[in-house]
Amino acid sequence: MTSLTDDRPPVTGPPRASGGRRRTPRGPAAPSRRLLWFALPALAFYGFAVVVPTFRGGALAFTDWDGLSPGYAFVGFDNFARIFSTASSLEALTMTLVFALAITVLQNGVGLLLAVGLHTGIKTRNVLRVVFFAPVVITPVVVAYLWKFMLTPDGAVNGALEAVGLGALRQSWLGDPTWAAVSVVMVVVWQHAGYSMVIYLAGLQSIPPELNEAAAVDGAGAWRRFRSVTWPLLATATTINVMLTIIGGFKMFTEVYVLTGGGPGGATETLSTLLYKSAFQFDEFGYGIALALVLALVVAVFSIAQYRLSNRKAVS
Amino acid sequence: MFRYTKGVLAREVVMLLAALVFVLPVYVLVNLSLRPAGDVSSPLLPVTSPTLGNYVAAWEQAGLAGALLNSTIVTSVSVVLIVVISSMAAYPLARITSRLSSTLFWLVLAGMLIPFQVALIPLYQTMRDVGLLGSLWALVIFYAGAQVPFSIFLYTGFLRTIPKEYEEAAAIDGAGSLRTFRSVIFPLLRPVTGTVVILNAITVWNDFLVPLLYLSGTPQQTVTVALYAFVGQYVSNWPIVFAGLVISIMPVLVVYFLLQRRIISGFAGGLKG
Repeated sequence: MTSLTDDRPPVTGPPRASGGRRRTPRGPAAPSRRLLWFALPALAFYGFAVVVPTFRGGALAFTDWDGLSPGYAFVGFDNFARIFSTASSLEALTMTLVFALAITVLQNGVGLLLAVGLHTGIKTRNVLRVVFFAPVVITPVVVAYLWKFMLTPDGAVNGALEAVGLGALRQSWLGDPTWAAVSVVMVVVWQHAGYSMVIYLAGLQSIPPELNEAAAVDGAGAWRRFRSVTWPLLATATTINVMLTIIGGFKMFTEVYVLTGGGPGGATETLSTLLYKSAFQFDEFGYGIALALVLALVVAVFSIAQYRLSNRKAVS
Repeated sequence: MFRYTKGVLAREVVMLLAALVFVLPVYVLVNLSLRPAGDVSSPLLPVTSPTLGNYVAAWEQAGLAGALLNSTIVTSVSVVLIVVISSMAAYPLARITSRLSSTLFWLVLAGMLIPFQVALIPLYQTMRDVGLLGSLWALVIFYAGAQVPFSIFLYTGFLRTIPKEYEEAAAIDGAGSLRTFRSVIFPLLRPVTGTVVILNAITVWNDFLVPLLYLSGTPQQTVTVALYAFVGQYVSNWPIVFAGLVISIMPVLVVYFLLQRRIISGFAGGLKG
């Protein structure tokens, strides 16, 4: 290692002895370009596990490969045409969008409410922060099973509703197509709202209290102060939160797969679960990868749109 | 320090009620896992004669001992590897301003946008061809590659706030670049290393899809996959299933409650960059 790095500079000229490049007389020295070798191990893993397979995946999406047989045929855009002409995949695409939208709105809404509720004044603040955040670190598979049980017809949710006199709201939560979708969203929000809360709390802490005090002196009520002072200053936190929930909502797999398996009757199938089933249960690798590419495209389009939109807002 | 006003008191009560929504499911989880067979009372009522029998049964039948060990190995090896390669890579990427360096940096960041599902299937094939399918190494290699973009992103952001004087001084003292990195840069990165460790450890420990794919049909299992298989067998026996769930989240929860301040700020701060 040392002998390798030593052979480069010496020939050029004696005055610059060892490490001469780093000690040029003017300004802060630029580190040697040889340092880029430090990036090699990371690039090797990244290339092997992400870059190369992504490009190969891109190519396989245009074939009819089943994942098992040695050969496959090039089928052009057939897989993509099938995605956009089959009812089941179109429904999965729609559901993916609906889930991502619902989760983005609800998770951030709940997160914001929790953050504002905890921000100042109350004594249980620190304990409650730990409580609200705890589901974020719990394994999603465990969360999904826990709720799957809670949502059974004679499970704890229906029991709790009855106990507080809301027995009329009893549902066959996971058995009904609409309520199954609602349940998935509820579970995801339950698990991740604490994450949004924590990011909003950090945003709230960065707002100088004087601003709100000044507004109060000027006679602004609590809602007005939130609307005109706090909320605009939370723009960065909102951008981060929306970006995270959009990406998370689109890629969500475990919650749906464990909670409903995409059912009942495909009502909660998303691109993630459909691509898993196509590739690994129905032996349609090519089609599965085409679905993954469509998902990738959807995520990219929405993240970039959101990024540009929030940038424009920040400028104006 | 402060006095209660009516408004604050009301807010406190509302927040405590909200906390109930978060605590209740966990209460049901633990409560049910202690319930003896044949007890069919509501899962909301505290168990009258609690038993640890479900835990014994779950421990033995779900193969949780092996799965916990595998998850621990995969998580710790992956996290150490991620920390080493990402911090090393971030050093030149943050410091060198050449076009090559910034191109590499953006190429790596692009990885944060790519949904990993696209890569997952072709990589499955490669892992099978090189005989790594069913081995824990397949997971370690995947996580190392897939988590590099985010980790490098965190490290470079932090490195840019560290003045160059430290490493210049080390260079003047005659330290080579590897030495400078190891004894000057890396120790300075400690705060962000904490964040990188926390976020990656939780991601890797909790991951379900990747081990489901790369380990399926083999005796090697991680906790999430072992649970999935176990529940498949004991669907109707919820007390045993719940005991298994409690065992599997114990390590995470213990670490969480011990380090909660650090973990929460890791999540909140890691994304400000």
